Amino acid sequence: MVDSTKSVAFVRTEDAPSLPPPSSAAGPVKWLRENLFATPANAILTVLSLIAIYLLLRDFLPWLLNGVWNSDSLAGCREVLQGATGGCFAVLTERWNQLLFGFTYPTDLYWRPTVAFALFFLAAAPVLFFDLPRKLLIFTALFPFIAYYLIWGGSIWTPILSLVGIIVGYIVYSRLVVSSFAAGFFGAILAAVIVWIVGGSFVPDGFAVEGSMRSVPSRDLGGFMLNMMLGVTCVSLSVPIGIALALGRQSSMPLIKFVCVIFIEFIRGVPLITLLFVASVMLAYFFPPEATVDLFLRVVIMITLFSAAYIAEVVRGGLAALPKGQYEAGDSLGLDYPQAMRLIILPQALKISIPGIVNIAVGLFKDTVLVSVISMFDLIGMIRGPIPASPDWNGVYWELFGFASVLFFICCYGISQYSQWLERRLATDHR
Amino acid sequence: MKKSVIFSALTIAGLSASAAAAGTLDDVKARGKLNCGVTTGLVGFAAPNADGRWEGFDVAVCRAVAVATLGDENAVEFVPTTGKTRFTALASGEIDMLARNTTWTLSRDADLKFTFVGVNYYDGQGFMAPKDLGVASAKDLDGATVCIQTGTTTELNLADFFRSNNISYEPVPIETNAEAQQQYLAGACDVFTTDASGLAATRATFENPADHVLLPEIVSKEPLGPLVRHGDSEWGDIVRWSLNAMITAEELGITSANAAEMSAGTNNPEINRLLGSEGTLGEMLGLSADWAKNIIMTQGNYGEVFENNIGENTAIGLSRGLNSQWTDGGLIYSPPFR
Repeated sequence: MVDSTKSVAFVRTEDAPSLPPPSSAAGPVKWLRENLFATPANAILTVLSLIAIYLLLRDFLPWLLNGVWNSDSLAGCREVLQGATGGCFAVLTERWNQLLFGFTYPTDLYWRPTVAFALFFLAAAPVLFFDLPRKLLIFTALFPFIAYYLIWGGSIWTPILSLVGIIVGYIVYSRLVVSSFAAGFFGAILAAVIVWIVGGSFVPDGFAVEGSMRSVPSRDLGGFMLNMMLGVTCVSLSVPIGIALALGRQSSMPLIKFVCVIFIEFIRGVPLITLLFVASVMLAYFFPPEATVDLFLRVVIMITLFSAAYIAEVVRGGLAALPKGQYEAGDSLGLDYPQAMRLIILPQALKISIPGIVNIAVGLFKDTVLVSVISMFDLIGMIRGPIPASPDWNGVYWELFGFASVLFFICCYGISQYSQWLERRLATDHR
Repeated sequence: MKKSVIFSALTIAGLSASAAAAGTLDDVKARGKLNCGVTTGLVGFAAPNADGRWEGFDVAVCRAVAVATLGDENAVEFVPTTGKTRFTALASGEIDMLARNTTWTLSRDADLKFTFVGVNYYDGQGFMAPKDLGVASAKDLDGATVCIQTGTTTELNLADFFRSNNISYEPVPIETNAEAQQQYLAGACDVFTTDASGLAATRATFENPADHVLLPEIVSKEPLGPLVRHGDSEWGDIVRWSLNAMITAEELGITSANAAEMSAGTNNPEINRLLGSEGTLGEMLGLSADWAKNIIMTQGNYGEVFENNIGENTAIGLSRGLNSQWTDGGLIYSPPFR
């Protein structure tokens, strides 16, 4: 046996210890070279960007960090700052309630919209996340009535009566749908209307509620609360209407198709702000002075119609993307139109449409600030009107708009992250 | 689908409330509230305070009418309107009166079919420029960029002024006063033009008011006053004389502090007629006898309203100027209470 340790002197028996990689090929230097200074053009851009970032932060950071949070007027802020750079964020600490709830919502009732806001997450959760127990959907169905009662207050019989009407309508629907979908659908609407009319005559009218559940008129709603309410209401109403319009546009019945096409093309051809002006000033001409429909309701109708037309086009895209075989499969199984749509077509088409619908939802939520031009005091309305018009805060500007941007960014970024999660979860691509 | 149902239920309820085709005064009394159009916010003239209560010079007129008709200064529904929506709101009946620093012009009177019941503030359009610009007169502004609020008479006056002086300008149209301030401070325009009262109020909020000058030219007449729709002269009378009551009270030396005492009776018959201890002036208007006394006790006389909201001791710091009583050389003048 040859002794393995004895060997030829000039042959190494063990590996030389590996040297660390040269500093240019590892660590932060390598990262910098690869990502920031890969080519001369790249290097120039990097330097320019750094300069731009520095210039921005040089002005922005002192303004942000040196801001005054405690003062009762802009003049007070300036006294504290003594000419130094700094934002006057005291306007946010003094007027936060007006920015969030509007200036006329009763201060002692702020807890009501806050509770409604908290419950909103509970109600939205089972719709947004399928893994949660399906029983939670019962609460989602009840939420609109609870939220209405919390925000507007007043007689509890209004939401209860509405709820009873819906339940009766649903029972009628489930009885009649066995024979025909149309009979069930229209029968349900008729039954619900009858319940409201009959029930409405029994409910004590003008029954004033005092104390913590007293009625708050729509006029008194405002601030970010108004944006949230308009956004949530209009999105949740416009999705079903949009789906119905998309199906109507594909219908083989000429009248329905014609009406849907005209509606969609008309609404898409008109700017939202025009519709809002119609809602706020023109409609008042059509009603007698004392019988106008609530302004909030008018705005909800207009925004809903507007976004429904857009959602209809997104859903139509989803419907068009389905292979013809899917429609034929429904026919060959002997399903009638509503069944084929409910069981085969829509589940697939809506899955494809999710990114588009979310896109419209985000846009719609931001568009709710347009109501400020028809003198409703949403978040932007408060910033453009009453707050800078008070003698104390006349001249404050950037702090308020910065606050609004932060609030909207949080909401919209959240929605967009959710939709990305949803897309991964459903894997909507058909590769 | 669930929410739509609530709303339709509400709609039905709203529609079933039938409209009564009576005079505006009866409508207001039946409603228990006066719908008064104001601005969406103008410093000193109308703005909600930190508690959400509307305050200001124009707001006082709304409250005065509410006191006269309903006896309660809080029985007012303030309807905020923009420069664009104010006239449709009044014409459509959404509001009973408009007190929104609106300029009285012939076309608004005759063409838009409104009745201006008086003037509560005599204003005029002026210019503000940075001191560094070195202009002493508005006639030096050839080629200047001018920040201007859209949809107001100032826009038209500006065009007239520059045309008649044969100089050119570049307008920068802006929606609200707050934005105009920022644009002006950021240097987006050389000059800012609006009513002189607004310029003074704006300049008072600047960090260095001394760096900006108000040019001496006043290029227009801007009589600002409350207005009502054509077609209900009785209602117009009530608004007109509510304003006149405040003006006359100042002339006669009646203040919120001494009105109660004076209403017991004085040896000046006009004071007695105004405060309702003599004659039937209130009855003629369809109001209670003490309507004017209540206005003065809650809102104060014209001078008090001026001092509390826009006068020299406030942040806005306007002097009375044209808006002094006629006895002091101003234009504020009320027809007699007789």
